[in-house]
Amino acid sequence: MSDIDVIMPQMGESIAEGTLTRWVRKLGEPIERDDDLFEISTDKVDAEIPSPITGVLTEILVQEGETVEVNTVVARMRAGNAAPADGPAGPDAPDDAPAETAAPEPAATTAAPAPDASADTRPESREGRLKVRSTPLVRKIAAEHGVDIALVTGTGSAGRVTRADIMRYIETGDAFDSAGEASEETLPATVASDQDEAGGKVPAKVAAGAAIAAPAPAFAPTPAPASAPAQKGPRIVVGPDDRVEDMSRVRLRTMQHMVMSKAVSAHVTSVSEVDFERVVNLRAKMKPSFAERGVKLTYGPFVYRAVVEALKQYPILNASVRGTQMVYRGNINLGIAVAINNGSELIVPVIKKADRLSLMGLAQEANELAEKARGKSLGFADIEGGTFTITNVGVFGNLFGTPIINQPQVAILGTGAIEKRPVVVQDSLGADAIAIRHRAYFGLSYDHRVVDGAMAAFFLNAITDYLEDFPDETG
Amino acid sequence: MTTYLEAIREAMWEEMEADPDVFLMGEDVGRYGGAFRMTEGFLEKFGPSRVIDTPITESAIVGAAIGCSQLGLKPICEMQFMDFVSSAFNMIVNFAAKVRYRTGRGAGIVIRGPCGAGSRAGPFHSQNVESYFANVPGLKLVAPATVRDAKGLLKAAVRDPDPVLYLEHKFLYRRLKEDLTGFGDQEDVPLGTGRIHRPGSDLTIVAYGSMVHTVAAASEALSAEDGAEAEIIDLRTLQPLDFSIVEASVRRTNRLLVAHEAPVFGGFGGELIAQVTQRCFEWLDAPPVRVAALDTPVPYAASLEDAHLPGSQDVLGAARKLMAY
Repeated sequence: MSDIDVIMPQMGESIAEGTLTRWVRKLGEPIERDDDLFEISTDKVDAEIPSPITGVLTEILVQEGETVEVNTVVARMRAGNAAPADGPAGPDAPDDAPAETAAPEPAATTAAPAPDASADTRPESREGRLKVRSTPLVRKIAAEHGVDIALVTGTGSAGRVTRADIMRYIETGDAFDSAGEASEETLPATVASDQDEAGGKVPAKVAAGAAIAAPAPAFAPTPAPASAPAQKGPRIVVGPDDRVEDMSRVRLRTMQHMVMSKAVSAHVTSVSEVDFERVVNLRAKMKPSFAERGVKLTYGPFVYRAVVEALKQYPILNASVRGTQMVYRGNINLGIAVAINNGSELIVPVIKKADRLSLMGLAQEANELAEKARGKSLGFADIEGGTFTITNVGVFGNLFGTPIINQPQVAILGTGAIEKRPVVVQDSLGADAIAIRHRAYFGLSYDHRVVDGAMAAFFLNAITDYLEDFPDETG
Repeated sequence: MTTYLEAIREAMWEEMEADPDVFLMGEDVGRYGGAFRMTEGFLEKFGPSRVIDTPITESAIVGAAIGCSQLGLKPICEMQFMDFVSSAFNMIVNFAAKVRYRTGRGAGIVIRGPCGAGSRAGPFHSQNVESYFANVPGLKLVAPATVRDAKGLLKAAVRDPDPVLYLEHKFLYRRLKEDLTGFGDQEDVPLGTGRIHRPGSDLTIVAYGSMVHTVAAASEALSAEDGAEAEIIDLRTLQPLDFSIVEASVRRTNRLLVAHEAPVFGGFGGELIAQVTQRCFEWLDAPPVRVAALDTPVPYAASLEDAHLPGSQDVLGAARKLMAY
């Protein structure tokens, strides 16, 4: 029986390190698979990390309070209910390689005819496999894309995973097969165990109980270069006055996501104009009572409210495409795009079950999430599970935008700047007159595979009607 | 068409015409016109005070040149064969390279001469000496691969305020021809800048001097037979080294081959690969490879010299292994 490395998981794209805040289990204590093993804290997420296997903790390498890089081995575990530490290998240890532990020389126990290259006696450990079968570049790419190299078939000498192999995997395997879910829902396996290769990776569990499925091994590297030619950008020549910088992880994920979304969905944008006069008055009236309760009331919650009502009316906009099926989402979880780091990055916190919240509830929730986003304290639970996304391009003064759909959703609303415009209205006598009104353009990008122009128009009209005739609410 | 040899000759001629402080010293450079007829006509044109035949003593040539440089002159020293620069080693390493650090006034001298093998010239007339000097701070090392660079780099070297070793490859002297019409008077090539000799996306090959042509032949074969495109970086100057051009290329191709004609052990390729490995470790998709001469003196026998030297087949084989890694 070999020991298994338990690693510091990556809890979000931009996370490079985590602090081990608490060991839930002790050395030698029997642990069931998926029981909480330790707790971590990163700059975005606090989480309990489950045990990858049923077994015992044989070695703790990272103590409470220590901050280590992602993928650092924090502990070792031994499978089964055997005694800790020096338990000799049972007869059923087939080809498990001795792990690198401080424990007594395991080589002595199973004196199988050892291959002469002593350094290579542990190809089955995660470390060993990485070293044997990949290069620094491949490991870097794997880390950036959250790919487990073990799932990639190598075509280099001795089965080595080359750059071409991992790029093909990312461009074909990591995307969505016809029935597949979005990659946002298949974040990388966080607690990797090599024990379980045949059966796929052990799913990691995150604080809020959201299960993250590991990349399904079914994706594995069917090298199909002919069918899916990688879209290569132009050759970039770097001149002497130019500066080259690596992208952040958030940027990389955003980059992949945007290109993927454009490739997956048939984007169309429709724009309508909303009269905000009613909302402007209402807001002015309600602002003090909200302020008394410590809540800043912006136009946002009014829009969210209107969108929620429109989504209830047209559930096709609150759905996902799954192969040849539609998945209508049971809850309305509104993603609110927030620019962070001076606009260099974007994050989308989610107002969960927005259909159950009042204007006050929406305002509170939105304020809290925005606060967390700026303070980088969003948990994974705060950013997953969105069913429809709203992005406010007006906050920067733009009239309207044609946003890209946040997969696996089917539409995204971009709200433009609210500004005073001269508009033609009818006066009390029914004659045309020019009036000054608060107006804004709303652009809805939708997936034309499943939403047609008429449906988009109905949906936009529902939002417009609701905002222009916003019901009195006590908050 | 201008040959590589003529380009060097023109550079010296033009610099001597332009600046009366520039003068030439060496064995047989005057009356005989140089062992390779490089300086034919110089004595007649510039006179015996600026074209000086010296005794056979490299140490005295460089020593006198350093002294002249301290008085404001700009000597060009010709080594009849660069193999014999080792006789001037002490003058170069302990005086030319150090004088700026000791006194604040550099030794603006050029030491030039023919290097390299391939001409069946045996162990004393075939060596490449760059590695002996690459480890000495204060020296600049230039190794042109093309006719244009041979001229432009030599002009830059003459104008440089510090000691420059200008390493000509004798195999290229009359074999390499290029049209230099339009080459302006002032058109020197700045020291310390590399050049992309052939653009490519699949592996980076770094070379200098005549090896640029060897790796170019191999790259064409690699392209035709394997469909892999090598990017060739011609360093042009080894010290100061244009590392940024190498780094940018390795980041594009993720594979590196370094080729030089000097023996592999302790050669310049080791330094380059160490730097790439340190600075671009995460950009490498295969271990960098050196292709260089065997660790023996350059043999006299033709068959043995061919075996000793890194040829385009050697480069091709190494490139294929690198691509298959």
